[in-house]
Amino acid sequence: MSAPRVTVVLFPGSNCDEDARVAVRNTIGADARLVRHDERDLENPDLVILPGGFSYGDYLRSGAMARFSPAMDSVAEFAGRGGAVLGICNGFQILCEAGLLPGAMLRNSGLRFVCKDVFLRIETKRTPFTLVLSKGEVLRIPIAHGDGNWTADAETFRGMVERDQIVFRYVTAAGDETDEANPNGSLANVAGICNLAGNVVGLMPHPERCSEEVLGNTDGAKLFRSFATALLAHRS
Amino acid sequence: MTVFVRVFLKEGVLDPQGKAINDALHRLGYGLVSDVRAGKIFRLEMETADPDAALASARKLADQLLANPVIEDFSVELAPAGVPR
Repeated sequence: MSAPRVTVVLFPGSNCDEDARVAVRNTIGADARLVRHDERDLENPDLVILPGGFSYGDYLRSGAMARFSPAMDSVAEFAGRGGAVLGICNGFQILCEAGLLPGAMLRNSGLRFVCKDVFLRIETKRTPFTLVLSKGEVLRIPIAHGDGNWTADAETFRGMVERDQIVFRYVTAAGDETDEANPNGSLANVAGICNLAGNVVGLMPHPERCSEEVLGNTDGAKLFRSFATALLAHRS
Repeated sequence: MTVFVRVFLKEGVLDPQGKAINDALHRLGYGLVSDVRAGKIFRLEMETADPDAALASARKLADQLLANPVIEDFSVELAPAGVPR
């Protein structure tokens, strides 16, 4: 079985691209590469990661400019064919701006950039990144963002809940959804969501920053390992 | 021809910046201010003498890029003649 092929899209201002590449290489032995924002060829990936950072300096709105990159046309096409896409932090913001995920980001309710570990509860197993995890399982993953206050209008959100599109919620260490556990004021403690088909996932926390023992926490690796398992099932 | 595009968060969408500014104004003693919404203004120089064409183009580009229709509303307006650059 050949190694999973992972493409990390590099935008001007991305700063977690190398972390993501190393994380998938070291956790699932991925054949991982960076593809620049001005390329259209994603090099036949099994997974596309839109990494964290500050693409285009976060000008206008976080993710607003990156959406017009040539590479994003290819990402949209890949996602439309059912390809797995993971947007981390700024990548999540880009997916929302591109309309590949519903909702939009507001400034954190506390107005501050927040950089700390948070607890996430797995809300669904239907995505490739949560397939082998348990619903209700709690992971500790760091966040680092100023615009992570995800929101959507009431009707959109109701539909998303009905269609099982909420993937991660901010919770306490014990798994309780409280206001105190929500670091940015996001609607209903949402930390990550997926599209209707479940192949496109965005989350504000950074699994690539906690995927190896040397980093002091390996909870993030669970998402990548889950993807590797999903890929095997898909290939067989 | 100059067009202004104003972008604000929709009514009902929490505006943490506006709220912080409102709180600061109250601390400074400006009791007449009851609410603040923070937004953005874009000044576009358009290569046309047709105001309808300028406004139509501004509306389209505001909807596509300058505003995010999920959370923001926008308005477009021709700048008064002689507005300084």
